[in-house]
Amino acid sequence: MASLDDLKKRIASVKSTQKITKAMKMVAAAKLRRAQESAEKGRPYSEKMNNVILNLSNGISDKANAPRLLSGTGQDKVHLCVVMTSDRGLCGGFNSNIIKKAKNYFSNILNEGKDFKIITVGSKGNDQLKRAYGNKIIENISFKESKNANYFDADKVGKIVIKKFESGEFDICTIFYNQFKNVITQIPQAQQIIPLNNDEEKNNSEESYEFEPDEDEILGNLLPKNISTQIFKAMLENSASEQGSRMSAMDNATRNAGEMVDKLTIEYNRSRQAAITKELIEIISGAESL
Amino acid sequence: MSEEFKIEIVNPEKSFLVKEDVLEVVVPAFEGEMGILKNHIPIISFLKPGIIKILSKSGNENYYVEDGIVEFKNDNLSILTSSIFNLNDIDKSKLQDLLKLAEKESNKTDINDQAKYLIDQKIEVLKSLN
Repeated sequence: MASLDDLKKRIASVKSTQKITKAMKMVAAAKLRRAQESAEKGRPYSEKMNNVILNLSNGISDKANAPRLLSGTGQDKVHLCVVMTSDRGLCGGFNSNIIKKAKNYFSNILNEGKDFKIITVGSKGNDQLKRAYGNKIIENISFKESKNANYFDADKVGKIVIKKFESGEFDICTIFYNQFKNVITQIPQAQQIIPLNNDEEKNNSEESYEFEPDEDEILGNLLPKNISTQIFKAMLENSASEQGSRMSAMDNATRNAGEMVDKLTIEYNRSRQAAITKELIEIISGAESL
Repeated sequence: MSEEFKIEIVNPEKSFLVKEDVLEVVVPAFEGEMGILKNHIPIISFLKPGIIKILSKSGNENYYVEDGIVEFKNDNLSILTSSIFNLNDIDKSKLQDLLKLAEKESNKTDINDQAKYLIDQKIEVLKSLN
């Protein structure tokens, strides 16, 4: 059995750990509120963008000559997977969930006899993937310096993706991120961004637009922007999810630390009492023998 | 009949500006400046660097944009842009910075004609503001 001193030390160390997790929870809660706010504020842009593209792609007369970002290369041999994770740990299952989703996707692709490449955004994803798929990772981007998700960063990722698409390095691009549902639930998502997949949402507006310049040129200008916008949206969702996930993880940790302190305190008191009783018995029996 | 319509400018981070009492908007569309009044036919176009002029009952406003998309439909004008500044808020040094950046960009040789055209436009607009 541990000595009284050891127990005392353990209680103290668990207590200080609890203080840290509690502080982290508070910080995550504050950041979560901000992240959620900016995710909500960013929504109109991506929605409007989506709308305009829907209208445009309906207006395109010559489907065969549609821009390749919209219609794809006509093949699906090489997939590009943009796996978006956080740069920091201690956020529960946040990163592992994305990685799990991505790994599932990878094995499906391999089973179908196709090839894939990986771009990781965020260092945690890179850490987890490089062991198993190190040779597939073609780019690792991390935005440790920027405090909040901003469009400038998203645009950088978007430009890389488009450049690789234009040089014919892949046929289909999918991004992986966590969608923020609430603090407890984040749903890992795989969203295809190239070619644009909007079959399920047919636009039923009868409105016909005038285009200036023509549809193809506008689409050519718009589609690359849409890629960045989608990535930005994913980044916003991701940062809200990360904070939410961290908050609940730290909440759990704080509670567990509390339980541990209680248990240790009981054990400490018990062994202290045992020591006192033992000493008393020794004294009494000593006095009796006189 | 009132002559007012609604304008909404959004950038990726937030909804930048919403106004309900706009009389006329002049946007720097790709093929030249375009004035939009109420009951304009539905149109989609994209922007080159320039000045958006908003004439409304509650006063006129000017914004500098670098790129974007305009959509007009049912007397709703939406402008999507990733870089927009109110001309009243922007100061000279910021303009200088933008100009320097644009000039550096235009000296690159590996850009295509359209990008070159857009950058030249940008430089021109920025110079006129200074």
